[in-house]
Amino acid sequence: MKHQKRWALFFFLTPVILWLFLLIVLPHIDLLIMSFRIENDAGEMVWSLSNYAQFFEEPIYWRTFVRTAVYSILVTFLTFVIALPVALYITKVVAPRFQGFLTLLLLLPFWVSELVRVYGWMILLRESGVINHFLIKLGILNRPVEMLYNDATMILGLIYTSMLFMIVPLIAVLESLDNSLIEAAYDLGANMWTILFKIIIPHATPGIVSGSIVVFMLTLGNYLTPNLMGGKNSLWFTEQIYNQFIASFNWNQGSAFGFLLLVLSSIVVWLGLKLTRQTLRTVVK
Amino acid sequence: MKKVCFYVLLISVFIFTAWGAATADELALLTWKGYAPKVLVEKFKKETGIDVKVTYTNNEEMIAKLRATRGAGFDLAQPSQDRISSVQAKYKIYQPIDLSKIKTDQVIASMLEAVKKNTMVGGKPHAVPFCWGTSGLVVNKKLAPDAKDYSDLLNAKYAGRVSYRLKRPTLIALAFAMGDDPFAKYSDAKAYEGLMEKVGADMIKAKGLVKNYWTNGDALLQSMRSNEVYVAMAWDGGGWKLFAENPDIDFVAPESGALGWIDTFALPAKAKNVDGAYKWINFMLRPENAAVFTNMEKYGTASNGAVKLLDADVKGNFERCFPQKDIDNVKWYPPVPAKLEGIEGKILDKVKAAK
Repeated sequence: MKHQKRWALFFFLTPVILWLFLLIVLPHIDLLIMSFRIENDAGEMVWSLSNYAQFFEEPIYWRTFVRTAVYSILVTFLTFVIALPVALYITKVVAPRFQGFLTLLLLLPFWVSELVRVYGWMILLRESGVINHFLIKLGILNRPVEMLYNDATMILGLIYTSMLFMIVPLIAVLESLDNSLIEAAYDLGANMWTILFKIIIPHATPGIVSGSIVVFMLTLGNYLTPNLMGGKNSLWFTEQIYNQFIASFNWNQGSAFGFLLLVLSSIVVWLGLKLTRQTLRTVVK
Repeated sequence: MKKVCFYVLLISVFIFTAWGAATADELALLTWKGYAPKVLVEKFKKETGIDVKVTYTNNEEMIAKLRATRGAGFDLAQPSQDRISSVQAKYKIYQPIDLSKIKTDQVIASMLEAVKKNTMVGGKPHAVPFCWGTSGLVVNKKLAPDAKDYSDLLNAKYAGRVSYRLKRPTLIALAFAMGDDPFAKYSDAKAYEGLMEKVGADMIKAKGLVKNYWTNGDALLQSMRSNEVYVAMAWDGGGWKLFAENPDIDFVAPESGALGWIDTFALPAKAKNVDGAYKWINFMLRPENAAVFTNMEKYGTASNGAVKLLDADVKGNFERCFPQKDIDNVKWYPPVPAKLEGIEGKILDKVKAAK
């Protein structure tokens, strides 16, 4: 019996390990090696740190890098602010038989691809788009304004894309919150804000942190939304990696940028865990 | 036991469908949007039994895709003729093309010769021409009657109504509009870099005027249709498509010269269905098929004799927009030497990052 169990474990684990090793670890090692090599003037490949030095020497690279990080943190925070009331409503306010239905409504937009969703936003927001059309019909505007291609619409798009990944973990933790705690607090004269900050948020911290990690990673690594909705002003760091690989044919520089992004996201996630006094173990549970 | 049987069945179904798909006669084509019209793909299937699987892309991604697999995964690619020789010398992603398998009498001789010369690596040609066209301005003549040259892309008169790609042709076009000759500086990387720095600085200064940097040809046409954009840098075919819908919008050959390109057929190094690829090349260059393509997409064809089969309005496009002096003024792309892409990439990054 025991022997059989081990066999089953081995059987199911092998594809996972093969997957991880062949498709994730191995290519990363290749990229890491590539990031330390450059082509010298004679056209030979030599070992060098100059791909990384280039990043610090050229202001546009590290500025884009900082911008991407700051905006990702901002998007994560805003997503949380919007997602918390939604999650509270679904778990605590609405009748239980509607909970499943409401969660399904949240999932609905994710049945189409990100590209389609972004194009949907573009149709709504563009100068000759739906929203402008109605604002003019209603007499609020007298000529259309361009709502696309700025940082605000880019952030809107990023929040929309990542909402679900914040709401789902929040619903999971809030379901385990005993309603009687909230009722008792009300009985003792606490107001809404006290309950929010003393009971709900402390209880939900693991969910908040795990949701934030996912949203932060997705935003940091997003390519499509900043590129399409941010338009001319949206240099995202992923785009710079793409440009190095595709436009400049400089795979070595591109992989160095890739690793810098990996290091950045790891540091931010680590800091976030330290600040909220969470460990990875409680968060991924 | 039942469960095990079920899974075995499921897995075998998967394997068989994958295997079946791979063995069917298929041609994986890596090309540009519009270069494989559906009617022709269907006609080809009827004639030869080969299924053409089309992947749309652009020059840069074409090179990156083939470089990643060292030339595998596709049976035929359609890069521009100027982006072949240096890429081939460095990454070896193509194989030489065997001109004896091409019906060369179907191809305009001068174009065949030019492409042969420009794609010669190791004494062997690597491409045959398929179609040609130019980059220039697409202008809404009612709303921007004076737009005549690339410099109008940076003209404050059209603030918020300008669109172009953030790609190398834009840099080259603006350099020509400055009165310089970037092609003459191709061989001198230092001088080229200086020129591009200058162009980049101008583009940054005029960044507030541009509506967006377009990446998708259809999206640009849509912006021009809805009068969101008055002046754009784009390919002639796109401008002529719009002209057919709305005569106010038309392609304009810029005063400093339209940029002429030739897109080709080239065989990736590890192409599996080489016979099918040659069949497709000969099929697409057959005059009646080439004419279908040109009538649909408006781009000029390299097929000899297809001109007689073109619609009157397509012929009219060339006559209207390219009087002899503009034809003579077309700047044909010479082969791009290595290293220039890196210089251009950095300038383009700077423009994109600027506020």
